[in-house]
Amino acid sequence: MTNSISDLEHSEVILVTGSNTTEMHPVISSALKRAVRKRGAELILVDPRKIRLQRYASAWLRPKPGTDVAWINGLLHVILRDGLQNDTFIRDRTQGFEEMAELVKRYTPAHVEEITGIPAADIERAGRLYGRAKKASIVYAMGITQHTTGTDNVKSLANLAMLCGNIGIAGGGVNPLRGQNNVQGACDMGALPNVYSGYQQVGDAAVRERMALFWNVPQLPKVPGKTLTEITAGVLSGQVKAMYIVGENPMLSDPDLRHLKGALRNLHFLVVQDIFMTETAAMADVVLPAASFAEKDGTFTNTERRIQRVRKAIDPIGDCRADWSIIADLSTRLGFPMSYGSPEAIMDEIARVTPSYGGVSYRRIEGVGVQWPCPTPEHPGTPILHKESFTRGKGVFHAIDFEPPPEVPDAEYPLYLSTGRVLYHWHTGSMTRRSAGMSERVNRCEMEISAHDAAKLGLENGQEALVSSRRGQIAVTVTVSEKAVRGTVFIPFHFAEAAVNELTHGLRDPVAKIPGIKVCAVKVEPAPVSESR
Amino acid sequence: MKQVTLTINGKSVKTSPRSTILIAARSAGFRIPTLCYHPRLASVGSCRVCVVEIQGRGNLAASCVTPVADGMVVRTDSERVVAARRLVVELLLAGGEHNCSLCAASGDCELQNLAYELGIEKLDFPVEAPGYPRDTSNAMIERDLNKCVLCGRCVRACNEVQVNEVIDIGYRGARAKIVTAFDRNYGDSDCVFCGECVSVCPTGALREKAARFKGRPWEFQKTRTTCVYCGTGCQLDVNVRDGRVVKVTSDFRHGPPNYGSLCAKGRFAYDFIHHPDRLTTPLIKEDDEFREATWDEAMDLVVLGLSAIRNQEGPDAIGVLASARCTNEENYLLQKFTRACLGTNNIDHCARL
Repeated sequence: MTNSISDLEHSEVILVTGSNTTEMHPVISSALKRAVRKRGAELILVDPRKIRLQRYASAWLRPKPGTDVAWINGLLHVILRDGLQNDTFIRDRTQGFEEMAELVKRYTPAHVEEITGIPAADIERAGRLYGRAKKASIVYAMGITQHTTGTDNVKSLANLAMLCGNIGIAGGGVNPLRGQNNVQGACDMGALPNVYSGYQQVGDAAVRERMALFWNVPQLPKVPGKTLTEITAGVLSGQVKAMYIVGENPMLSDPDLRHLKGALRNLHFLVVQDIFMTETAAMADVVLPAASFAEKDGTFTNTERRIQRVRKAIDPIGDCRADWSIIADLSTRLGFPMSYGSPEAIMDEIARVTPSYGGVSYRRIEGVGVQWPCPTPEHPGTPILHKESFTRGKGVFHAIDFEPPPEVPDAEYPLYLSTGRVLYHWHTGSMTRRSAGMSERVNRCEMEISAHDAAKLGLENGQEALVSSRRGQIAVTVTVSEKAVRGTVFIPFHFAEAAVNELTHGLRDPVAKIPGIKVCAVKVEPAPVSESR
Repeated sequence: MKQVTLTINGKSVKTSPRSTILIAARSAGFRIPTLCYHPRLASVGSCRVCVVEIQGRGNLAASCVTPVADGMVVRTDSERVVAARRLVVELLLAGGEHNCSLCAASGDCELQNLAYELGIEKLDFPVEAPGYPRDTSNAMIERDLNKCVLCGRCVRACNEVQVNEVIDIGYRGARAKIVTAFDRNYGDSDCVFCGECVSVCPTGALREKAARFKGRPWEFQKTRTTCVYCGTGCQLDVNVRDGRVVKVTSDFRHGPPNYGSLCAKGRFAYDFIHHPDRLTTPLIKEDDEFREATWDEAMDLVVLGLSAIRNQEGPDAIGVLASARCTNEENYLLQKFTRACLGTNNIDHCARL
């Protein structure tokens, strides 16, 4: 997030898109709902599904899946046509405006309606609502990014925020909600193929030399490594022979599972470190038992870049060990000694080699966590990014044309499939499916479908159905829901027994390499009676 | 803003004109007991426990909703005030099923504390509990409205803080009770089990069901930490007794980002920690079956496997997957290990999922 969670309550207008906030980020959704109910903020919701937030929305736009660039260009068009843009911000802080403005001339509300199915009048209304606000924020999540045009979608939202000067101000910003407890921190710490901690490029010789000196090694590998997708491809082509997987379960979370399973089978050596025997761990040669979050010290960095303490509440269960201690031990045994007395000592090292974490220490974040960048111990932290200037100097407008998603419904696979999570489960379910309370609420894979589509297909609520795509088939329980929009079904990915990622395609955004799992084409049919339970 | 001066219990107190008597008295060091008041919620002045005497006024005033005024003379502890408070609490005790020895809240109950603070020894009224059936409709929240004092804190928490808009005060007069839509039990209602209502309930009316009989309130050791689910980073307290996590609570005083609020997962999905499925020992696969191993055995095998491939195929034949579940320290160490020890940049995690 460029801004903070609490800052959302100071927005006049909040545009939420691709985030089912009340289920995925319930506590943040409360801030949104308070903004509407208590402060009179206007909520623009752009989501095909009739999610709970719709009750709070002043405007609700239902685009066809995968048409985000088009509706965002439509808003840009309306704002420019009506002269609602922030000329001062555009002049002083951005470049590339002309090209963008030229391109969006084509995106008239009528044209956008043709692409997205959103009525032109709603595009007009949403554009004016956002454009007229003194401070408006944009909130999004994986519904924007998990597309083959994910990067374009995000750049388009950045266009919108910059056009109206909603960057660097309280109540504004572009605010992605991160879906995993420490996905922000894992990125910050350089658990990525191309950067060290603090996004320092491995391809930069000066940075590399500094890190080598600091880590006391003669040299570090120069070429950026492989992403997860590329590692998988490397395994299939025989380039990658071994994997060490710590606390992830790609065998359920990744798209096109059959492809991945084939890859993992091809490995000569697989080590998995986890708290449960996950679908991935079951394929390992060696499984190392790790401690849960309650059994160790450390820090997580949240979606608003706030670095917060994790504290040990109980001793590790059985022979489990904290991941940090396993990694240090393994490194030492492999001839690169690592000896840290505690996670605090590791954080002290992080602070020394990571400019944006330079001022972070356990003492500093004992009471309230600090938001990076926090370069020095005296620095107050950064609740709002890009106040005076962008990281690169000027903000760049991108002229982006709409491109249809790579797979759309056709005669054989006539429905859109979208995937995600539900309130009571989290990711691959290895924790929540072992919770009595959560399982009591939801314990089977339910497919949301509109009453219209269900009737057409002869499906009744609670019935078993088979869903197939070009890549696979799963059995799910039918839930006729008013949340669903005609022509699209929604299936959560928590359930190993009905792994929806057997259906999704592995096509990726060319820049971010994020898979386009929010849109693919499927067919749904009643399950044959013999297969029903 | 110009400050106002009032007199509380004979002491001159300067305060903001926006202050209430309660806030002014507390900041001046005078304790006024409260029940329906909660610092995170709008004040409604409904329970009358916080009443005070204001010179020149006939009736006692609820201090939590009465603004201060210049020259006001207030007594927080006069005989009349204490008698009124005692009467209120006695009536509350008589109006419900407040049998502390059978109550999960004993030791963590504001009503129990009030009875003690006000020196109530016996009730002058017959006890007439409403006789509502207990709501045991779900595995998370147990609701016993016979212990409810109708302070309305749960209603305000549900509507003002979480804005889930699930409960309200229904019916009228002596029949008033906290209801969901159509007065259903929680399990069949629109409730999303954030547990905000439980966190503000002053009595045993709303309790965490799984924690029942797992320890007394004063036995819990609380460790503040950060939630393990989504990226909000809610601050929570893991409540432990005898080495076991028995419940999760939070506190609005922890501050950002969640100010004490949690969701169903953060508050109730902690039972995976002690689940029998937890891996508790290293495992080595032999002939397609896992067998238990010691750490030394397992680590030796990992060292052998990784170094063989590194030596024969080069470091880039190894791929490492880090975790968005693990701590910063662990992710930092893992990328350092991958780059400096293994000698490859092949490290990634599922940030894109």
